[in-house]
Amino acid sequence: MDSSLWLALVGIPIIVAGFALRFNPLMVVIAAGLATGLAVGMDIGLLLETFGEKFMNSRQLASIMLILPIIALLEKYGLKEHAQSWVASIRSATTGRILMLYFVLRQFTCSLGLISLGGQAQTVRPLLFPMAEGAAMAKYGELPQALRDKIAAHAAACDNVALFFGEDIFIAFGAVLLMTGFLKENGISDVEPLMIGLWAIPTAICALIIHLLRLSWLDAQIAREVQTHQAGAAA
Amino acid sequence: MTPPSSLLSIQVVYYLIGIVVMAIAWMSVRDTSNPKRYTTGLFWFLFGVGFLFGDAMIASLGKPLTYKILGVIVMLLALIAGSNLLGSGQHTAKSNQDKAALAARLKNKLFLPAIAIPLITVALTLGAKNWQIGDYFLLDQKNLTLACLTIACLVSVAYACMITGGTPLAAVQESRRLVDAMGWALILPLMLAMLGGVFVAAKTGQSIQTLVTMMINPDSKLALVVIYCVGMALFTMIMGNAFAAFPVMAAGIALPFLIVQHHANPAPLVAIGMLSGYCGTLMTPMAANFNIIPAALLELKDKYQVIKLQIPTAIAVLLCNITLMYFLV
Repeated sequence: MDSSLWLALVGIPIIVAGFALRFNPLMVVIAAGLATGLAVGMDIGLLLETFGEKFMNSRQLASIMLILPIIALLEKYGLKEHAQSWVASIRSATTGRILMLYFVLRQFTCSLGLISLGGQAQTVRPLLFPMAEGAAMAKYGELPQALRDKIAAHAAACDNVALFFGEDIFIAFGAVLLMTGFLKENGISDVEPLMIGLWAIPTAICALIIHLLRLSWLDAQIAREVQTHQAGAAA
Repeated sequence: MTPPSSLLSIQVVYYLIGIVVMAIAWMSVRDTSNPKRYTTGLFWFLFGVGFLFGDAMIASLGKPLTYKILGVIVMLLALIAGSNLLGSGQHTAKSNQDKAALAARLKNKLFLPAIAIPLITVALTLGAKNWQIGDYFLLDQKNLTLACLTIACLVSVAYACMITGGTPLAAVQESRRLVDAMGWALILPLMLAMLGGVFVAAKTGQSIQTLVTMMINPDSKLALVVIYCVGMALFTMIMGNAFAAFPVMAAGIALPFLIVQHHANPAPLVAIGMLSGYCGTLMTPMAANFNIIPAALLELKDKYQVIKLQIPTAIAVLLCNITLMYFLV
């Protein structure tokens, strides 16, 4: 077998080891990029050029910088506190129920192509997490740090899972177009985007059931963790 | 080649991001409560260069030299972050009582600017695509969502300032609380996109495709389905992006073995294959935008906690995918 085949893979063990050993991810990524480029024989000038070009072409990924100031300003004036007290006034609201409701709404709207209706910076940090946390605080008071982090991670995961397994049903979404394009290029031209969108539905339903099931256990988990924490504090 | 003219072109969006980042750089240098204020300021300044001056540099210096300079800047960014030179100021938050009092005054009005961002973005994406003023499109046609998001942010910040009495500058100053807490995580998605580009140039995908096809037993449909689905997930974990993994696995396994040899139905085969890749996206730090940014945004101590929490769902859905694919295609 051709050795150059293996050389192109040299970045992969660097990434895996680098992340596992918890080096700074920026360094890990640069090291993997340098190693891969040099291994396949790119000269350093060309490699730097590739770095710069790809960096320039992915600038849209920094759009979060436009959202952060707004969230920060609103939080300065008590957005988080208000979200928490607002949720506390709804007696039937629990952390698990809020996250389940958000999950269902998010997955449904994503399947209609309304992907920008949510997001980690747009909705999770300013609204969803404070409400999910607030519902638990209304019942148990101040939460231990580990539990607060767990609810936060659940809020983030909720948005991701709903988005990923909702968006592929929408036929104009990039992934669906990529798949039809791939099939056409390879001589299979009778597959419509609609067919691919429809075949995303069984998995979407599985993801919905699985994740809602996990969220439905969350309230009981929170109760248990608060109890252990209080028992630990009392001892 | 000139792109179709639009008033809010993607360049304007980059300039706005650049202005915010440069303001953050300047405020960081001036923040005496940050023990590493000079290197922190330098980090954000270097990050802002590509946004504010990138296009002008290309116009005056040409592409190769500009890209080389930016390549060096990218290496410097990694070096600053990796040498632990990125610091954080002491952000004295108002006490919770103060904030609760403010919140009681503004009540549900506080929700509006936050909800306005996604709502205006979606409304504009759906309704304003073709708005024209003379010969100009209002919104950049190729980057519609980003253009809509930018307008939504501008409207929202104006409204937020109106109800709170703050200013946009105060908003940026305030955002340093978040930016300092998130640090390097904010630029990780760009770095990873860059690494993906290097992988493409080095033809890493082809190597993986060759390796995978070497391991295959083409007669067992079950084995093929398992390798295709698990391969999509694993390769997506490496690339951080199912779009990059899909052509490799589809051309390596799905097309030659499952479609040609086992006469599988192409539509569910590609759809479920892609969704198996998404299971991988849920499990990897390489998908920083989805997994690392939120952990930083929510100020989690363990930056991998979102991933850890997603793993059970991801694996369960992957098993469902394998089962579905085996019986459906």
